[in-house]
Amino acid sequence: MAAEGPESPVIVRPATQRGVARDRQPPSRLTHLLLLTPALLVVVGLFGGGLLMGLMQSLGHIPAAGLQELSLGHFKGLFSDPDFVGSLNLTLYIAATATLIATLLSVGLALVLVTLARRHRLLTFLLQIPLTVPHLVVAVAMIFLLTPAGLFARLAVQLGLVDSIQAFPLLVNDRWGVGMIIAYVWKEVPFITLMILSVLQTAGIELLEVGRTLKAGPWQRFRYITLPTIFPSLSAAALIVFAYTFGAFEIPFLMGRTYPMLLPVWAYRSYSDVDLMARPEGIATGLVIAAVVSLAIVLAHAILSYARRRGAVL
Amino acid sequence: MILDRDDTKRRLLFWGVLLVIVAAIALPFLPLFIWSFSERWFFPDLLPARFGLRAWSYVFDTAGPQILHALWQSVAVSGVTALISVAVGVPAGRVLGLYDFRGKNLVAVLLILPVIVPSLSVAMGLHLWFLRLGLTETAVGVVLVHLTFCLPYAVFVMWGVFANYNPDFEDQARSLGASTVQVVARVMLPFMFNGVLVAGLFAFLLSWSQYLSTLIIGGGQITTLPVLLFALMGSGDRPVAAAVSLVFVAPALGALIVTSRGMGQRNLSGVW
Repeated sequence: MAAEGPESPVIVRPATQRGVARDRQPPSRLTHLLLLTPALLVVVGLFGGGLLMGLMQSLGHIPAAGLQELSLGHFKGLFSDPDFVGSLNLTLYIAATATLIATLLSVGLALVLVTLARRHRLLTFLLQIPLTVPHLVVAVAMIFLLTPAGLFARLAVQLGLVDSIQAFPLLVNDRWGVGMIIAYVWKEVPFITLMILSVLQTAGIELLEVGRTLKAGPWQRFRYITLPTIFPSLSAAALIVFAYTFGAFEIPFLMGRTYPMLLPVWAYRSYSDVDLMARPEGIATGLVIAAVVSLAIVLAHAILSYARRRGAVL
Repeated sequence: MILDRDDTKRRLLFWGVLLVIVAAIALPFLPLFIWSFSERWFFPDLLPARFGLRAWSYVFDTAGPQILHALWQSVAVSGVTALISVAVGVPAGRVLGLYDFRGKNLVAVLLILPVIVPSLSVAMGLHLWFLRLGLTETAVGVVLVHLTFCLPYAVFVMWGVFANYNPDFEDQARSLGASTVQVVARVMLPFMFNGVLVAGLFAFLLSWSQYLSTLIIGGGQITTLPVLLFALMGSGDRPVAAAVSLVFVAPALGALIVTSRGMGQRNLSGVW
């Protein structure tokens, strides 16, 4: 989702949030439909079709192999495998931790930046640089930085902090996924920061002035003015980051352990197994990933609307 | 009122923060640069014992044709994906940005799903279907799978653009005798030009960095840069992997620099 410029500080539904959408001498519904059709064809046909085809295969419907019946066997098999459940938990942990750290850092950074300079082209440009760097390159760079033979380890030895290669903590292929989390945080902080900044730069400034004249303290101003202002973009950005880190392949493949492996790696390993019968299991894993991120949206939406009803946020 | 002293302090703080940001962004590039120019680098030396151009001459000479081919494949796949995304995104964005209609929320949900659901889930399912249609191992198949997530992005960008568009200007132009072509060229295009640039760049970059879906549908026959880089990573040659990584980053960074002027206040924050 595009964080737009200050004119449309938004995420999911720019039109409605701005309240600009209007029924002006509406062209016929047919025209609407015609203009939307190509986009819907791609989304429903290719995206939906892909998921549906995947579902059929993971339910064991592979006519070419003479398999016609549908069964939940592959899914049951996955969830009764303790290794799979372990992988699922590890993936959830990495995605949630990376998202949480990135979100907190971004909020801090955005608040500092917006008080120091309301709008700064150089700053925006700098923050956009990590967005153009593919995850694959981030993984390669982080491996060069963080492994026991990496730049940080060399620096630590030179500074006398550790005396041998073994004494440097394992940060890549490690138990807690520290390297992966660092890689994701480096990549996602600029993204979330830009999303919040584009809202903060347009809204909130005048309100903060009002808050100051009403003698609201820094915490009160953050809690009752800034947080409600940035909350919609912040939660949307965090959700996107969570979904992405949960389903991304490159960083866990290059920086993760082979056991327990993260779900996207598991999915691809089974899918590309020489044993073709493992393929439906790989597809089933891919669908579990899709289900988890979809569930995350639904859950986040439910929590948000509950919080709003209770008046907790905005 | 702000005193001058406070102002200097703020400026200092600002440059301090900027310095930290520059350092944090530059840090991962540092080992890539050093490794790509190193010929012998022992642990725990901070710098290589010998600098050299071996990796770069490998990239440009030995593996030159291979890398050039990958570069071409990447540019072609991402370019076509971006073009189609924009071409389809503009009309869809116009409808979504300008009008309210029944089912608009459903359309929004349908568009948001491909952004959230990882491409590997889709690519695995599509593979068997594409196999039957003869689209596997073809660039067309790869473009089609990239479109599933690039296109929704372009639609969202254009939706945002048209949400701020006032179509009354079109009526005014028409009442002054402008033809439809003139209205599009002189009213709509100038207004949405920056948006189209951003939407195209989004789609291009998303497609540019795709690895797994390209591999699954392309079956190793469509060797875009990420596919090649993965293969090189496996060989364990650090200087070469570093050099290819930099080759991989350069065009995206170039695209950002070229378009950043035109982007104005919009930014890239829809791409990771």
